Amino acid sequence: MKEELQAIEEEALAAIEQAEDSQALQEMKVKYLGKKGSLTTVLRGMGKLSKEERPIVGELANNVRASITEALDVKTEKLERDALDKQLEAETIDVTLPGNPVHVGGRHLLTSIMEEIEDLFIGMGYEIKEGPEVETDYYNFEALNLPKNHPARDMQDTFFITNELLLRTQTSPVQARTMEAYQGKRPIKMICPGKVYRRDTDDATHSHQFRQIEGLVVDKNITLSDLKGTLDVFAKKMFGKDRKIRLRPSFFPFTEPSVEMDVSCKVCNGEGCSVCKQTGWIEILGGGMVHPRVLEMSGYDSTVYSGFAFGMGQERIAMLKYGVNDIRHFYTNDVRFLSQYHQA
Amino acid sequence: MLVSYNWLRNYVNLDKVTPEELAEKITRSGIEVEGIEYLAPKSENIVVGYVKSCEKHPDADKLNLCQVDVGEESLQIICGAPNVGAGQKVAVAKPGAKLPNGMKIKKVKLRGVESNGMICSLQELGLDEKYIPADVAEGIFVFPDDAEVGTPVQGLLNLDDAILDLDVLANRPDALSILGVAYEVAAILNQPITLPDENLTVDQSLQAKDYIDVKIDSIENNPYYGAFVIKDVEIKPSPLWMRNYLMASGIRPINNVVDITNFVLLEYGQPLHAFDYDQFGSTEVVIRQAKENETMVTLDDQERQLNGKNLVITNGTDPVALAGVMGGADSEVTDETTNILLEAAYFDSASVRHTVKQTGLRSESSTRFEKGVDPNRVKRAGIRACMLLQKYANGKVASGVVEVDKLDKSEKSVTITIAKVNQRLGMELDEKDVTAVLTRLQFEFSIHGEEIIVQVPTRRQDISIFEDILEEVIRIYGYDHLPYTIPQGWVQAGGLTDIQLLQREIKNYLSSAGLMETLTYSLTNEKDAMRFLTPDINEEPAYSVGLAMPMSEEHSHLRLSLIPEMLRVVQHNVARTQTDLAYFEIGKVFVSREEKVTKQPIENLHVAGALTGLWHNHPWQQEKQPVDFYVAKGIIEGLFAHLELDVTFVQTKMADMHPGRCAEIRLNNKGIGYVGQIHPLTAKGYDVKETYVFEINLESVFSVHQLIPSFTDIPRYPSVTRDIAFILDMDVPAGNVQEVIKEIGAPLVKEVSIFDVYQGEHMEEGKKSVAYRLLYQDPSRTLKDDEVDASYQAIIEKVNKQFGSYVRS
Ligand SMILES: [Zn+2]
Repeated sequence: MKEELQAIEEEALAAIEQAEDSQALQEMKVKYLGKKGSLTTVLRGMGKLSKEERPIVGELANNVRASITEALDVKTEKLERDALDKQLEAETIDVTLPGNPVHVGGRHLLTSIMEEIEDLFIGMGYEIKEGPEVETDYYNFEALNLPKNHPARDMQDTFFITNELLLRTQTSPVQARTMEAYQGKRPIKMICPGKVYRRDTDDATHSHQFRQIEGLVVDKNITLSDLKGTLDVFAKKMFGKDRKIRLRPSFFPFTEPSVEMDVSCKVCNGEGCSVCKQTGWIEILGGGMVHPRVLEMSGYDSTVYSGFAFGMGQERIAMLKYGVNDIRHFYTNDVRFLSQYHQA
Repeated sequence: MLVSYNWLRNYVNLDKVTPEELAEKITRSGIEVEGIEYLAPKSENIVVGYVKSCEKHPDADKLNLCQVDVGEESLQIICGAPNVGAGQKVAVAKPGAKLPNGMKIKKVKLRGVESNGMICSLQELGLDEKYIPADVAEGIFVFPDDAEVGTPVQGLLNLDDAILDLDVLANRPDALSILGVAYEVAAILNQPITLPDENLTVDQSLQAKDYIDVKIDSIENNPYYGAFVIKDVEIKPSPLWMRNYLMASGIRPINNVVDITNFVLLEYGQPLHAFDYDQFGSTEVVIRQAKENETMVTLDDQERQLNGKNLVITNGTDPVALAGVMGGADSEVTDETTNILLEAAYFDSASVRHTVKQTGLRSESSTRFEKGVDPNRVKRAGIRACMLLQKYANGKVASGVVEVDKLDKSEKSVTITIAKVNQRLGMELDEKDVTAVLTRLQFEFSIHGEEIIVQVPTRRQDISIFEDILEEVIRIYGYDHLPYTIPQGWVQAGGLTDIQLLQREIKNYLSSAGLMETLTYSLTNEKDAMRFLTPDINEEPAYSVGLAMPMSEEHSHLRLSLIPEMLRVVQHNVARTQTDLAYFEIGKVFVSREEKVTKQPIENLHVAGALTGLWHNHPWQQEKQPVDFYVAKGIIEGLFAHLELDVTFVQTKMADMHPGRCAEIRLNNKGIGYVGQIHPLTAKGYDVKETYVFEINLESVFSVHQLIPSFTDIPRYPSVTRDIAFILDMDVPAGNVQEVIKEIGAPLVKEVSIFDVYQGEHMEEGKKSVAYRLLYQDPSRTLKDDEVDASYQAIIEKVNKQFGSYVRS
């Protein structure tokens, strides 16, 4: 009987190996393991065996059954996998065809720049203040130490609406309003971004509407060195940690001393090139120590409080940072321009 | 201000500093040097030559054959200039010379005769045509007799000069003079200064007061007037060096008298005026305000209409000069002039500024008066000019100046302490550091314990308080020495306000939704300013705010809607074959409630959008979805869902919008915006195709929006859905039915959505089928079938009753 069992196993395994589909495997299962299958038939003759032989043959028979079952399982799995592979192969597509376009919108480059600057100063504990774009002469000029008939008023060409109303030429009136609101009673740390307007003819470097961002810090013992340190942090975050800054004296009616800040040219690393007009430096912004008259006018005792202020054009920062060569691009809104700065 | 490097070095030693180094130092100390220009740097091998003989060329009428002595040799040169002649000293470019325009001089033959060089004009030597004096503008340049043969012309004609272009801001009028710049440079370089020669020998036999009298009727506008009299002047060209400096400074030399007043103007920063004494019309100078409608003819031959705000110099009867601005034509110095009345005066800056604004006449003189001149230099400038007139016009200077003097010439004093300097700078300077700077600036000071009292020279009108001195100290000491620190002490948590955060949120949402942000102008034209108004603006009479003096009609009024300028952006892009566009913008609109604007308008923040072309385009899959009303509406619905606010859409009609495709957007039953298709005729007017727009007043959103959403528990019990399709009359808005279903179904019906709309075939004429899906849910229990059924039936009854509809079977 042993021989018979071994023969069945041998035959079954060979047949399973040859099977080509699940149908054939099913038939083989019946043929070898079914109630009328060959294994069962052989085992029916077990009764003829001696007591000693029975467990031995029984074990052998179980082994043969297990072996055939396993072969069937393995083969079934293989056939299923083959069928799937074949099906998937048939599903092959042309991966070089274009994907479904995703509608990508995006924020304006100047919004990105503004938010970047805002976040940088928020991180240093500044609040963000806003104010009206149609301003009074008082907040736009007088409260900033520019009384009527001051010669420096000629520096800015103003869009007047009436004698007393105008489109603000700078975001500084927001500083004056904030100082006045706090009535000289608390320190200030703020930036004020926003649109400003000047009577300029639009060209590659001028725009009758542009955006500024200004900063103001007022407290006891604020120093010019504090301004320098703060601007250094700003310049390094904005233009790269290898940038250096320098301050130059300048003139603004609402600050004294007044400075202009240059950043070392990124293109030539300060060696001098056409971008920086061979100077190695690029002018970025203006600032200074808040003029004592401005503090006093807004209710701050200038013998107790001091402060610094600075201001810059957002377009200029964007132009320098991203190499934009014409300020009008920001306002023409050509999609081919706007879509260049999605991740900015 | 153009500053000649060669002129400057007469007052301060520049031997150790090149023009470039000097420019850098001046810029770093406070006055920006915008550029350096060399007059004619490339002139080589050009010397003074003496024309020994000059004959006609044998074969050419217009050419002259000259023998020219250039020192070590004599050259035969053919010259075409008609003014060449024997006995002249001229500029000769020898063979091998290079002219500033790049031309190289070689030996040539002209009509068979050899020419070994070229006799040059000032133009050929590189001087700017517009500064060349009229008397030497034609033909070759002839040197004065004292020019030495063989000397390179570069130095003689100042061609090696470097001109520094200083951008002088309103605070530093002192730098509008060579002397002022010399003080600045002396401080920067820590060098002494050499002052100009003011030693005048007067003619004691002549007394100025015998010739002229001065009377001022407007002392507040003219606190000082000094009249000098110079007799028997000889009008001729001024000396070459003076002409050189004037040309280098951008002023065209005229004659010695005019040149001297201009020279002193540039040197001292003090404008002077020379009248022809004999044409003055009287022996009395009267300075007064002009009478209403008085007229005078200025030097430029223009008749000027005057009024009471103009200060004028008169001869007692008629105006002869607009004070500080321009002289009159009648008393102008001419070639026939022999006697001079020289004015050195101080005119109030506001008065001069007014006349300049009114007449549009801006000159070297008026610019300086407008910014303020040094009261202590007025008279000195007059004396300096007299001295030069004596020397270079052979004039006899009458003794004494006839003057009226009410001018405050006192110096201000400012007290500082080292402690306060260091407190403001954040440095640790000692007394020596600070006083060294004051000394370099030539500010006198005295030390009293902790205090230093600084005497500010009157040339520095910009300095009057401690902070001004502080600036002087740090700019001369050097900003590079400042340490880098960050404000210490008081701390606040920085951050955005709720409204600022919400704006960022809206920008993020709309960007993610596929819209691109634009930034357009707030100023538009008058008509567009009032178009596309949101419903809230129209609740009361609204007006636009116009500029008093716009730059152009396109940008004359502040917008009340973002849409018109956004349509221009659409048009710009469509014209450049960018046809599929989706834009949004957040910006302010300006609403005035008064027709004649007297106060600040209301400034409301709006969000607007414009969509045109294809919304989806997958070409090879033949999937194209053009933008339509529902695309635009979907974006807004998504926005408000994102903000967790309920808005409704109500069919509306509005100017410039498609009459059947426009909805008012309502929040809490208040109109806050609109969405719809632009009227085809309006679209045509803006040169755009089918375009959908929306605009919402965000102020209404800010007022109700909760930044932190309240938490709603996630439902634990199952929901039940039921569908109903109603057959409705075509004109019944599906949304109205939806509202009624919500109302009746509350509180069990949590959501009602429309999942199918059908009209057309198999449908009764004038009817449509709208299918609604109702979601029933109770957060506290599982719903029973019969209560859902009861609600469902109640809804059907109510809807049918209200809308005359029936349920589609
Ligand atoms: Zn560079």
